[in-house]
Amino acid sequence: MRRFFGRGTLFAVSAVFALLFLMPTALTISNSFMTQSEIEVNYGMIFESTKPGVGSYVGDSVNLKFIPDKVSFNQYATVLFKSPEYLLKFWNSVILVIPIVFFQVAIAAFAAYSFTRFRSKIKNAIFFFYIVLMLMPYQVTMVPNYLVAEYLGILGSRWAVIFPGVFAPFSVFLLTKFMRRIPSSLIEAAKLDGANEFQIFTGVCLPQCRSALYSIAILVFIDYWNMVELPIILMDDAGALPLSVYLSTINAGEAGIAFAIAVVYMIPPLFLFLHGEEALVEGITHSGSVKG
Amino acid sequence: MKLTKRMEKLNLRARDSIHGALWLAPSIAGVAAFYVVPFFIVVYYAFINSPLRAEFVFFDNFERLFQNQAFKLAASNTLRFSVVSVPLAVILSLGIALMLEARIPLRSQFRTFFLSPLMVPVASVVLIWQVLFHPNGAVNEFIELFGVQGIDWMQSELNQVVVVVLFLWKNLGFNMILFMAALSNIPKDVLETADTEGAGPIRKLFYIKLRYLSPTLLFVTIFSLINSFKVFREIYLLTGDYPYEGLYMLQHFMNNIFRALDYQRLASAAVVMTVAMVIIIAALFVMEERFGRDVEE
Repeated sequence: MRRFFGRGTLFAVSAVFALLFLMPTALTISNSFMTQSEIEVNYGMIFESTKPGVGSYVGDSVNLKFIPDKVSFNQYATVLFKSPEYLLKFWNSVILVIPIVFFQVAIAAFAAYSFTRFRSKIKNAIFFFYIVLMLMPYQVTMVPNYLVAEYLGILGSRWAVIFPGVFAPFSVFLLTKFMRRIPSSLIEAAKLDGANEFQIFTGVCLPQCRSALYSIAILVFIDYWNMVELPIILMDDAGALPLSVYLSTINAGEAGIAFAIAVVYMIPPLFLFLHGEEALVEGITHSGSVKG
Repeated sequence: MKLTKRMEKLNLRARDSIHGALWLAPSIAGVAAFYVVPFFIVVYYAFINSPLRAEFVFFDNFERLFQNQAFKLAASNTLRFSVVSVPLAVILSLGIALMLEARIPLRSQFRTFFLSPLMVPVASVVLIWQVLFHPNGAVNEFIELFGVQGIDWMQSELNQVVVVVLFLWKNLGFNMILFMAALSNIPKDVLETADTEGAGPIRKLFYIKLRYLSPTLLFVTIFSLINSFKVFREIYLLTGDYPYEGLYMLQHFMNNIFRALDYQRLASAAVVMTVAMVIIIAALFVMEERFGRDVEE
């Protein structure tokens, strides 16, 4: 009886917290189906007070709505078809993030193979250095990034963000941890069959790490999809900024479509999440210790 | 005979290290070019008076930095935020992991719910945050039910609370996964022995589970700390370039000197933060070594 009571309480507490965690996302999605005038009446004041902008009629109080009075798809039509500037920002995000994810993971695969197969004292020291670099906050790493971009003449363009991203050590760290778990018997067997290093890499290591590669790609993707601070410092062309930065500058005139843009922006990561949750959990689990 | 064998071994080793270097080359070259070499230039800039005159000025830049009001404000705000949010992020996520460890119904669905904020871009939910914490917003309406006077959150002394809530919402799921994995790795027989010896759940938590969790605790703490420095992202999206005083973080300070292109201040601030980070990380490693030694085989 006591045991049952304990578990019942745990369930209730977990359920309340879990729903609270779901609420912001769920509210954003449900509010994105509100008509523009309904949003302006209910939330217009917020956009007025944070970013004084175009004056349209706004209500004088803020009413949190869980379910819209009238479901409308007009905002989506505006965002997706009528005003190409939003899709352009979305595209800016895509062409910033996709090269970073692809090349960071690819370069990390080679590096991780080196850290796994050819261990030495120097290698261990380098690996430890990668960990320290990974742990540095971007307030620190951004200054070197800025100086190099300036020296190379790419400051202001999207390359100033892409290059440091490609060489960020996070993937190297995580992928090395995965590769070190591959049973050495598999590699020895491939060697006996006469495989050279490249064949071992492509034939044994990569297939063994398939889910790891996927989960690392998801983690890197969400990190850069979310980025704000690098573009606002390293890029100066407002037209090339990603949608994440643009969302913060939405003003009263666009309040009606703000939620729809927000939802469009969260679709790619949420899709990856629903599709790859298990891989993601596995990836996080393996990142779980800094040593070894 | 013996000699040739040794030569062969040496040869193999040399080949191995050349091979190893080749595989590592793309990554090392990039890290050197974009992080390490420019960092040395940053250190150099921190000790000279200007890139053109280039006179060595010892610690003058650092002295100027530490006297700078904006830097002091940013450092103390960032510190305050980390001191509050990191322990909360560690303790609450451990709590959630322990709750989900008990075999309650729907636990895998709950895990999904707790993890989902990780995958939602902050930029997408700041709108809802503004709705919730507006002076006439839902949070105030809720606390007014209990007779507490609502406040203008973003402009009050308590504006860090708004950001702490956002930070926890975003980061608890990641930490929770780490703790859940670590909890499931605790040897069952140790816990069963404790059961037969009559240890209660509290004692089991403090005397057994936390011991085994200590490497994870270290990692979660470091990761939460790093993420707490990144909280500028959330604040920028909520308030723009010039937040109210309590939310002026180190990153805002850095952004402003980036705009002013004051290389000396930028460089000395970066060096100070690097030193601080290395000290903090080293201290956490030492603590983990002390605390978790007796469970490592």
